[in-house]
Amino acid sequence: MIGRRRGGRTLEFKDIGSHDGPLLVVEDLHTAFRTGRGTVRAVDGVSFEVYEGKTLGIVGESGSGKTVLSRSIMGLLPPRDVLRSGTVHFGGHELTAMDEAELRDVWGAELSMIFQDPMTALNPVKRIGTQISESLVLHLDMDKKEAQSTAVELLRSVGIPSPEERVRWYPFQLSGGMRQRVMIAIALACAPRLVMADEPTTGLDVTVQAQILDLLADLQRERHMAVILVTHDLGVVATRADDIIVMYAGRIVERAPTRTLFRDTKMPYTRALMDSIPRLADPSGARLDAIAGRPPDLIHPPKGCRFAPRCHYARDKCREKDPPLRTVGSPDHLFACWYPLVDGVSTAPPVPVTLGDPAPSASVATAGADATTTDDPTEAEPAQ
Amino acid sequence: MPDDRELFDSGASAQLLGDRFPGMAATEETALAISTEHIDGDDILAKKPLGFLFWFALVWITAVFLASILANVLPLQNPNFQNYSALSQGPSTAHWLGTDDLGRDLLARLIFGSRVSLIVGFCGVAIGLIVGGTAGLVSGYKGGKLDVALNAGSFIILAFPAIVAVIAIVTFWGASLFHITIILGLATIPLMFRVIRATSLSFAQRDFVIAAKTMGATDTRVVLREILPNVIPVMVTFSLISVAGLIVIEGTLAFLGLSVNLPTPSWGNLINEGTANNALSTDPYIMMWPALAMFLLLWSINLIGDRLRQRFDIREGLL
Repeated sequence: MIGRRRGGRTLEFKDIGSHDGPLLVVEDLHTAFRTGRGTVRAVDGVSFEVYEGKTLGIVGESGSGKTVLSRSIMGLLPPRDVLRSGTVHFGGHELTAMDEAELRDVWGAELSMIFQDPMTALNPVKRIGTQISESLVLHLDMDKKEAQSTAVELLRSVGIPSPEERVRWYPFQLSGGMRQRVMIAIALACAPRLVMADEPTTGLDVTVQAQILDLLADLQRERHMAVILVTHDLGVVATRADDIIVMYAGRIVERAPTRTLFRDTKMPYTRALMDSIPRLADPSGARLDAIAGRPPDLIHPPKGCRFAPRCHYARDKCREKDPPLRTVGSPDHLFACWYPLVDGVSTAPPVPVTLGDPAPSASVATAGADATTTDDPTEAEPAQ
Repeated sequence: MPDDRELFDSGASAQLLGDRFPGMAATEETALAISTEHIDGDDILAKKPLGFLFWFALVWITAVFLASILANVLPLQNPNFQNYSALSQGPSTAHWLGTDDLGRDLLARLIFGSRVSLIVGFCGVAIGLIVGGTAGLVSGYKGGKLDVALNAGSFIILAFPAIVAVIAIVTFWGASLFHITIILGLATIPLMFRVIRATSLSFAQRDFVIAAKTMGATDTRVVLREILPNVIPVMVTFSLISVAGLIVIEGTLAFLGLSVNLPTPSWGNLINEGTANNALSTDPYIMMWPALAMFLLLWSINLIGDRLRQRFDIREGLL
C-alpha cells in the first residue's frame, strides 16, 4: 500500500485557504504529561492567533514549554500519558477534534514543521530527493517523475547548488546548513499555509543561521505562508517576527507586536531575557546579566506569579496571586504582571524596610540576584 | 528564484579576497570545486574495497549452494551405495575425498549432506525473520500493550534452554527435515524479535520518523519506508549469524542422533559417523571433510554478513 493514492481526500481541507479570520486560533490550550512524580503541566492555558502570511515568534528559555506547545498544536504528542485540553482551529477546522487519518491529510499539505536538528530529522538511509518527493506523491498525487523534477526545483529554490546532482545524495553527504535547507524544502514541498519552525537554526553555525532565516523569510513572502518561529533567542525573532509571544513555565507572560515588545517591554521576564543577550558594545570583562535561578518545577509550580521567585521586583502580591494576562492602553499588547515596567522602570511599590528584615530581597534590584533568589522563602524548590 | 545566489555571493567574495590576499582566493575556489564535484556519494561507497577474503567467502558459499542444488545432475555416485571393494580409502581419482568404512563415496555424501544444512539454516531463519522480524518492527514502533505482551512472550520462550526444548520436541514429533526446520525456525523467532524490536525501537522516536508523520505518512508507511531501511543492515547481519547458528544446532542434533534419519547424509550425521566406533583414529577423513566444509561455510557467512553491514551502513561510511 506504499504510495497509495488517496484520490480527492486531500481536497477536503483545501477550503482552509478561503477561511476568513485568523489562520490558526489556539484557545486555552493545556498540555500535561503524566509522570511517575506527578503531572507536569508543560503548557498551561495558552491562547493566541496567527494570521495568514504573518510570522509569530514564540520565545522562552529551555523548559518554558515552547516545543511542547508547538507539538501540541500539531497534535504530534502521543495520546498515552499526555492530557490535552483546549482547542486549536486551523483555517476553520478544529485540529483538536480530528482523528489521525484526518490530521494526516492536513499535515504536510497545509501545516508542516521544520525540525530543530537537521542531523537527526532526515532519514540517514534515504536519498534526499526521495525524502522530498514522497510527500508530493502522497498529497499532490504527482507521479514519480513529476515529483522528482519538482524536488529538483525545490532544492534550487532553497539555494542548493547543482540540485540535479544533489537529489541523489544522502543526508550524510551534506553539511548542517545544507541539510536544514533540505528540511525546509521538505516542509515547503506541498506549499503549506502554516509552517512551524521549532528552533530551526539552533543546531547551526551562527553565520549559517542568518542565511537560513533569510531564506525562510524569502520563501514565506513568495508563498504567502504563515510561520511560527519557536526559539530561545530573542535576537532571532527581533527582525523577523510580526508578533512575539514570550513564554515562561508553560504560560504566555507577554505578547505584543515586535516593535512594541522591544520599545515598551512590560514584563520583567522579557526585560531579563533582553538583558541576557551579550552586547558587543559592552566593555570587555563585563559580566553577562543572566537570569538567576532555574525555571520552576512544573509539577509543583510556585503559587502566584511563576516568575516571582526569580524576579527582582517581586512583591508579596506577586507571590500570592497569579497575575492575569491583561492590557494597558494598546489592546494588542498583553502581559501578565502586577507591576509592569513603564519606560524600563518597575511600578512595584517600594518595600518598607524594617530593621532585622531577614529578606531584604526585592527592594534593591542591583543588590545582586543571588541574594534575591536564595533568601526568598517562596523559592524553596521541591525535591527533585 | 533565489537560486545559486549563495554560490554567486561566495564566488564574489572569493574574488574580493583574491584581490587582497591572492592565496585566499585559491582556497575558496578549491573549496567550491570540492563541494560541487569531488564529493560524490557513489565514490565514497565504492572506495572501500571488500577484500580478497570477502570474495573467497562468496565463492565458497556459491559453490556450496550450486553443488547442493545440482547434486542430482553432477556426476556423483549414489551417496548411499556401499562399495565393498573400496572400504575406508583415502582420497583417490575414483573417490576424490575417499570412502567411509562401508565404502560410500565421501564427496557424494558431503554434497548431498549440505542440502540438509542449507535448508535448515536458511529456511529456519526465514521463518524466524518473517514472524519475529515483522513482530519486532511493529512492536518496537508501536510500543504500548502490544509491545509489553510480545516482549513478555519472547522472554518466556527464551527462558527455556532452546536445545533441550528442541531435543524434546524432535523426540516426540519425529526427526524429519521438515520438522527440524520448523522447530529451529520457531526457536529463532524470539531471538529475531528481540534484536529487531530493539533496533526498531531505537528509530521509532527519531526526529525523521516524527518528521515523516508531520508530512502525512501513515503508520504502515513509516514502518516500511522510514524504519525498515534503517533496520535492514542489522537484519541482514543477524540473519546470517543465525543461519550459521542453526547449521551448528542441526549439526549438534545430528551428532546426538536426533537429526534426519540415517542413512540420509547431513553434515552433522557425517561428523557423527566419523567419530563413532573409534573411526577418528582409523579414518579421520570421514569426520574431517564435513567439519572443514561446515567451518568454511560458517566463517564465510559471518564474514559476508559483517562486510555487508560495513558497506551498507551509511552512518559508518560517514565516519
